[in-house]
Amino acid sequence: MANIISDETIEYVGILAKLELSEEEKETAKRDMGRMLDYIDQLNELDTSGIEPMSHVFPVNNVFREDVVTQGDDRENMLRNAPEQKDGAFKVPKTVE
Amino acid sequence: MSKSYETVIGLEVHVELATKTKIFCGCSTEFGGAPNTHTCPVCTGMPGSLPVLNKQVVEYALAVGLAANCQINQYCKFDRKNYFYPDNPQNYQISQLYLPICHDGWVEIDTASGKKRIGIHEIHMEEDAGKLIHDEWEDCSLVDYNRSGVPLIEIVSEPDMRSADEAIAYLEKLRLIIQYLGASDCKLQEGSMRADVNLSVRETGTAEFGTRTEMKNLNSFKAIARAIEGERNRQIELLEDGRKVVQETRRWDDNKESSHAMRSKEDAQDYRYFPDPDLVPVMISDEWIAQIKARQPELRTEKLARYQEEYKLPLYDAEILTASKHLADIFEETVALCKKPKEVSNWLMTETMRLLKEREQEAEDISFSPVNLAKLVELVEKNVINRTVARTVFEAVFADDVDPMQVVEEKGLKVVNDEGALQKTVEEIIAANPQSVADFKAGKQKAMGFIVGQVMRTMKGKADPAMVNKLVREALEKK
Amino acid sequence: MDILDLTAVDLGRKIKAGEITVREATEAALRQIKRREPVLNSYVTVDEEGALKRADQVQEQIDKGEAASPLAGVPVALKDNLCTEGILTTCSSKILANFKPTYTAEAVINLQKAGAVVLGKTNMDEFAMGSTTETSAFGATKNPWNEDHVPGGSSGGSCSAVASGECFYALGSDTGGSIRQPSSFCGVVGLKPTYGTVSRYGLIAYGSSLDQIGPIARSVEDCAVILETIASYDFKDSTSVARKDKDFLSALADDVKGMKIGIPRDYFGEGLDKEVRDCVLKAAEVLKDRGAVIEEFDLGMVKYAIPAYYVIASAEASSNLSRFDGVKYGYRTKEYEGLHHMYKKSRSEGFGEEVKRRIMLGSFVLSSGYYDAYYLKALRTKALIKNAFDRAFSRYDLILGPTAPSTAPKLGVSLSDPLKMYLGDIYTISVNLAGLPAISVPCGQDSRGLPVGMQLIADCFQEKKLIRAAYAYEQSDDGQRGRRAGGQRNE
Repeated sequence: MANIISDETIEYVGILAKLELSEEEKETAKRDMGRMLDYIDQLNELDTSGIEPMSHVFPVNNVFREDVVTQGDDRENMLRNAPEQKDGAFKVPKTVE
Repeated sequence: MSKSYETVIGLEVHVELATKTKIFCGCSTEFGGAPNTHTCPVCTGMPGSLPVLNKQVVEYALAVGLAANCQINQYCKFDRKNYFYPDNPQNYQISQLYLPICHDGWVEIDTASGKKRIGIHEIHMEEDAGKLIHDEWEDCSLVDYNRSGVPLIEIVSEPDMRSADEAIAYLEKLRLIIQYLGASDCKLQEGSMRADVNLSVRETGTAEFGTRTEMKNLNSFKAIARAIEGERNRQIELLEDGRKVVQETRRWDDNKESSHAMRSKEDAQDYRYFPDPDLVPVMISDEWIAQIKARQPELRTEKLARYQEEYKLPLYDAEILTASKHLADIFEETVALCKKPKEVSNWLMTETMRLLKEREQEAEDISFSPVNLAKLVELVEKNVINRTVARTVFEAVFADDVDPMQVVEEKGLKVVNDEGALQKTVEEIIAANPQSVADFKAGKQKAMGFIVGQVMRTMKGKADPAMVNKLVREALEKK
Repeated sequence: MDILDLTAVDLGRKIKAGEITVREATEAALRQIKRREPVLNSYVTVDEEGALKRADQVQEQIDKGEAASPLAGVPVALKDNLCTEGILTTCSSKILANFKPTYTAEAVINLQKAGAVVLGKTNMDEFAMGSTTETSAFGATKNPWNEDHVPGGSSGGSCSAVASGECFYALGSDTGGSIRQPSSFCGVVGLKPTYGTVSRYGLIAYGSSLDQIGPIARSVEDCAVILETIASYDFKDSTSVARKDKDFLSALADDVKGMKIGIPRDYFGEGLDKEVRDCVLKAAEVLKDRGAVIEEFDLGMVKYAIPAYYVIASAEASSNLSRFDGVKYGYRTKEYEGLHHMYKKSRSEGFGEEVKRRIMLGSFVLSSGYYDAYYLKALRTKALIKNAFDRAFSRYDLILGPTAPSTAPKLGVSLSDPLKMYLGDIYTISVNLAGLPAISVPCGQDSRGLPVGMQLIADCFQEKKLIRAAYAYEQSDDGQRGRRAGGQRNE
């Protein structure tokens, strides 16, 4: 395997992705990601110099809304699926120390 | 301190745009409102919802960019900035990194040593976050997404400022431009204008920049000035102690007048920006730019010239009146009603300024309507009330935007110019002050002033001063 | 005649003619669901009560002459990543196990306007990540033709339901082959439209630049009708395309004379099952006999599509799925210490293995220092893939090949080796990268009786060519119109 994923990398990506992996899962993740990156490295065979990265396939642009209010109070619906709520707001663990 | 240091400051200014709706959905941007009453699937990040760009946001951003001498990226795109925080419902913020709408502009500020250009690195469009309310009772936080998706522009300056004064002058200049364009009301206290300060220090004469920190949570010009001073001193102390400045984000506490680092293990500061696949690029044609330029309202320089030309105001007046778009608007609307530019200017420059100062308010906080000021001007003009009384009436207009005529009538403040009634008072006062009459006869003009004052006092200030003068003189001369 | 053997359009005709009531059709499908679900597990949610109520409503509309659509009264199944107001929409994930949207996907609204009766929500690979429907948090779906085999994925539940008569047609979504590959494995017709043709509003995103909703049915005609119904310009989806050529029914002509069809040599190399190869080439012969001009050619770029896809799709997924955090909806872990622990525990417990694998990969390729090397490289590769297709379509009306390199694998063998599973998408994935339309049409069975699918690919906005060729094939002696697992025409 050409791509060796370190413990630090898996730890770091876990922080970015907000995923907590068990020791066993970490080992699997290291192996899977390494294999996948080896496979992806095939792309390096391609000379892509001078090629513009293509985000959108079609040249669609300038899709706009007019600045007109179209939405009324729909709080009840927005909160309907909330795991926890209080006083019309989404309740989360304390965000300041 | 043995060495001398230079402070290098760059500002990141967030401005909430004055659109009616949010940047990517049809929810109202209206301030206030019970939590989450201005929300929909888009601005609460519901699965399957998709953003659609509000055209007005692009137009405001363009207008600000053009007024700040920026280059326009005629092909611009939105990117996702990925980070987890509950005020950010999708856990990514839609912003612009790779192709922001405006770049490489400048504004000019006045400094003690003359005019100076502050470079603008870029202006980009993005969405605001929701609000977190900390619940003391339950030791939890509550999320309100009413502000989530309110459009912002972020104006990133070059590190061109060297003091708190320059930073404030730059902010005031930006604020004035944006207010003139109508793109935002730029109220720091309400958060519609917010500034983060990037600051580093270096020994005077050094070419390289020092390590910078970023300071957040600054919600008044005074706080910004204090934070700059505080951070400058903190960094110099570190360097003097032979320690290093750490590149970090710090939160300013204006009550304690100190800052602390906002570090956390969970805060990787790696935002994994990539083009938002749900939004398509914005193509800005030359025609569109020309339209925005044509629609550009009169900016301050033009207004200054026009005030002197059209209203025949002195430069000094024109400068004060145009220093706030809101003040200039009140001025122009009042003049349109009463056609007395100098008179209106006087009310705004003296009484209004005095009352604002007393209340520690800014011109933006003026809440009286031009109609009522115009009425007051007319009441004075038609001699319905005299100037002294008018000042009292104005205080009521300033405070509660009341109809001045109503105040005059309720309090019975009309000028008394009934000659018979005045004549009687004058005669009574003269009879009670024989010494003053004698003094007047002996050639002491001041004695007449005393009599006039007594008459005015007795009439509780409502008498027409010109008439009182005339009657007193006549009466004294007859003696 | 068994109602269940009718295609959607045939059933629609009989309903209009008063030969079958909407309730009868709905009850027939519900009975079949009761009979087959214990084994197949095509559905996550069956809305029996809602479906019957709706059936009577639609019947009333039809009786009053208010429902003109050929689909009026025809019961449909929806993939469980399409939001349905008030009905569970889980993406087959624990993290959304209790999520009831307060809005309905635009494509589904279009169906409802046409008088569709929604039976329920179908099983899928969790968040559409997978090729077997085995990554579902609610158990695997079985292939109706052979219950030891997978139905394919990620729209495996939709395809299995269509193939087994648990519905008359279904909607799926296709990000890298998720409509076409399970359609091939289940012996049904599945069409992935040109990107932007069907609104994505209300489709829970996996890879936003690749996702597209499409029809799954038992005939080409059905697919044309369904596509015509769900395709619409939607101002709520900025990537939606305003098309004027949405009269797909007009393409239902048995006429391929002079149509130029290219067969990429690079689709018939190593890794392709011999039986699949034979079926597909035989189908090409059929089209040739009916007047099409068939030619072999080299498409190029084929092996780069999968790596490019996994970079782009995983990157977008890592961002799209960050909204599932236990704050606004969905699963929140029971015990936690502080905000970030709540995030991490909820997500780690809520997402399955494959989803986590892709989120990790996607977060990595976007992270500081890797963006250019991986993400931009993949977007440049995408441009080259698009160029390769552009060259092909300057010479051919259609590209013909297998939908998948094999027939449906046995349950349990794919997940042990993710990379190998990914390789199964080799013929379908590049189509999504280039935004093209493609269709999978049943073209025979292997020696175990498992269906084989032929894929036809057209240039952007050329669905009519796909429909015409697929329809012509279906009209031939080899065509399998209306074929159903366990159905009468199957014998």
